[in-house]
Amino acid sequence: MTDVLMPALSPTMEEGTLAKWHVKKGDTVRSGDVIAEIETDKATMEVEAVDEGVIEEILVPEGTEEVKVNTPIARLSGDDAAASAPKVEAPAQAAGDPEKKAPEAVEVQPEGEASAPVLPKVEMRDPELPEGVKLVKTTIRDALRDAMAEEMRKDDKVFLMGEEVAQYQGAYKVSRDLLQEFGDKRVIDTPITEYGFAGLGVGAAMAGLKPIVEFMTWNFAMQAIDHIINSAAKTLYMSGGQIKCSVVFRGPNGAAARVGAQHSQDYSAWYAQVPGLKVVAPYDAADAKGLLKAAIRDPNPVVFLEHEMMYGQEFDVPEDIDWVVPIGKAKVRREGKDVTITAHSRMVGMALKAAEQLAAEGIDAEVIDLRTLRPLDHETIVESVKKTNRLVTAEEGWGPMGVGAEVIARVIDQAFDYLDAPPARVHQKDVPLPYAANLEALSLPSVEDIVKAVKAVTYK
Amino acid sequence: MARGQAGSAAKRKTNDTGSSGAADSAVTQDELLKYYRDMLLIRRFEERAGQLYGMGLIGGFCHLYIGQEAIAVGVQAIKEQGDQVITGYRDHGHMLACGMDPREVMAELTGRAGGSSKGKGGSMHMFSTEADFYGGHGIVGAQVALGTGLALANHYRDNKKVSFTYFGDGAANQGQVYESFNMAQLWNLPVVYVIENNQYAMGTSIERSSSETHLYKRGASFRIPGEEVDGMDVLAVKAAAQKAADHARSGKGPYILEMKTYRYRGHSMSDPAKYRTRDEVDEVRKTRDPIDHLQELLAKKGWADEAALKAIDAEVKKIVADAAEFARTSPEPEPSELYTDVYLEAAE
Ligand SMILES: Cc1ncc(C[n+]2csc(CCOP(=O)(O)OP(=O)(O)O)c2C)c(N)n1
Ligand SMILES: [Mg+2]
Repeated sequence: MTDVLMPALSPTMEEGTLAKWHVKKGDTVRSGDVIAEIETDKATMEVEAVDEGVIEEILVPEGTEEVKVNTPIARLSGDDAAASAPKVEAPAQAAGDPEKKAPEAVEVQPEGEASAPVLPKVEMRDPELPEGVKLVKTTIRDALRDAMAEEMRKDDKVFLMGEEVAQYQGAYKVSRDLLQEFGDKRVIDTPITEYGFAGLGVGAAMAGLKPIVEFMTWNFAMQAIDHIINSAAKTLYMSGGQIKCSVVFRGPNGAAARVGAQHSQDYSAWYAQVPGLKVVAPYDAADAKGLLKAAIRDPNPVVFLEHEMMYGQEFDVPEDIDWVVPIGKAKVRREGKDVTITAHSRMVGMALKAAEQLAAEGIDAEVIDLRTLRPLDHETIVESVKKTNRLVTAEEGWGPMGVGAEVIARVIDQAFDYLDAPPARVHQKDVPLPYAANLEALSLPSVEDIVKAVKAVTYK
Repeated sequence: MARGQAGSAAKRKTNDTGSSGAADSAVTQDELLKYYRDMLLIRRFEERAGQLYGMGLIGGFCHLYIGQEAIAVGVQAIKEQGDQVITGYRDHGHMLACGMDPREVMAELTGRAGGSSKGKGGSMHMFSTEADFYGGHGIVGAQVALGTGLALANHYRDNKKVSFTYFGDGAANQGQVYESFNMAQLWNLPVVYVIENNQYAMGTSIERSSSETHLYKRGASFRIPGEEVDGMDVLAVKAAAQKAADHARSGKGPYILEMKTYRYRGHSMSDPAKYRTRDEVDEVRKTRDPIDHLQELLAKKGWADEAALKAIDAEVKKIVADAAEFARTSPEPEPSELYTDVYLEAAE
């Protein structure tokens, strides 16, 4: 006898809905038979039997929601099942490190809340947000989608191309429903030919269209980096200002969960080095939407770095307005007086968590979300450091020649006399990302690393 | 070249005007039983890997080889000592076919110290110099240029070895494939390109991605001969591989084999599979399954009764159960492993 367990159907799935049973008590199943359907926030998937035997009992009825992964959902009898059933015992590390999971939205302390007097005011709203606008909880995935849909409605020169963006609705479901609304002329499935379709996108942009080129992940854009840099970034200059290239290259960047070295890399510093490109890496959903709309409208090539582990995170997004966040402006996510922490993309969440922990220990950190890496808003950073006199930079990528290195160089250049301690950098360890769960956790920067770095620069 | 030959070549779905390989003429009972066992091992191994993934023991992506077993096993049957194998991320089957220890392969999937890359590579990135297996590559198409480079080394050393370079129907659209084809033929490199055409690249069918769907013709403008092969028939695979390898080994340059096959499972574990019907999958499983096919052949030849097949089944199950147990209990790599294998020391 063996238990059929609720399976994890994706690296980050923790629970799902048992939508449908295809078998009932007494049925005989063979390995490969579809026995049930499971729904997650991303998709519906079929569960196939691995072992052979007779269904003795259905333990979780269909329609049950929030069934945790590894919960027994049915009981199977039969020799085969008995002989081959492995012991169920997920290792601690598979579920262990909270930082490898999609992070939760950062708790924002309401202004003047009596229960948390030590915490300074947290800026909830973008400075550009008009009065009286309704905020709606939206996932980053949907915010990006909405940004594309709105711009496509507004401007028929805008179109989307990439692998699996149309019929499959996006490998990470970011382009959900776009094919249905805009048709296959404007939502284009490409073959797996990154170098080719990135070049086509740049060519179409040179001819005056406004393509959004999706890379399934930025790792695969390395096939196409020649067109991003040599063709898109430089042509305006080389043509003496004649040839414009308004194109957005977008997709998930950085480490996903347990996908190994070739699929886990942060390209922030790579692209941020290149004149002619703008490079954007938002943290929350409002910025994801507002900055993507700005990127699509921008007359220049824009590299737009998303994060796979953030797609499912919900944040407030202003509703019913043409919400555009300007490229090139950092955002103070949390005000503080003791130390400045700079971060972008997913690391902003970690910096905010670190700031909370530090607050409990009496260190008042200011967190700056860089949002745009090129052009870098050094004024906001320098102003902050002039106030706090200390600096920690945090990024997911490698340290050498990185974003933190650039931020620190700017600060040394413009606020050297204000520094009370050498700045510190938090970043990934200087190795390709390992697959093993424990090594992966050691390799990636954590909240703890930021806390430690802050203590080092504040001599605490 | 005689017209008649070209005509019959067309019927055989090849643009090679030479003779075709003879299918099952010379196969022995022991050989056939070995192919059966090796294919079954891959299938059971993959089923178990899918299960371990569902239990959270395997992370990230995990691409199963179920349905395609006859290809890795059929090619392996004619591979000579020192011939190299390289493929993409759907690599577990090739490694088992190459004779790698199932324990090591499974432990790499679970990211443990006992894995073939000490847990540092994972499902998509596995290697074995011992088995001349060069990976295990996560970037679609990259292995094609690398495999052609292995052939360049063989040519350079004049060692009469052949590089078996596997890739998918989706990968066949990458530009570097054609850059490699050109150089391989130009320089007569000993490489056999094995295209595993399972008809889908993630959710995209070959018809939706390829202007020429007969992939064996893709080398034609480089003058590389190619042939379509029933990739669900291990003997057809073996015969075609033999012919292609002979061609490459004898200094005539590359050869393309388009293996018509099918993957039963989703692209990786998190694939809702809305791009094809359940009936389509069931139909292939019912009518073209490579293992069933071999079982029938064994029965027809009177080479294996039910007891013999059961014994193989039991042996395979034991190996897989043992590999799973090893992969579950092998410790995680030591933290100090984080910094090893980044560079080699320069020789004195
Ligand atoms: C350069 C690159 N682009 C995209 C991907 C994402 N990806 C992984 S597998 C795959 C489909 C490949 O299909 P195919 O070559 O037919 O091989 P199969 O999966 O069918 O074995 C895609 C698009 C990748 N890994 N590398
Ligand atoms: Mg394929």
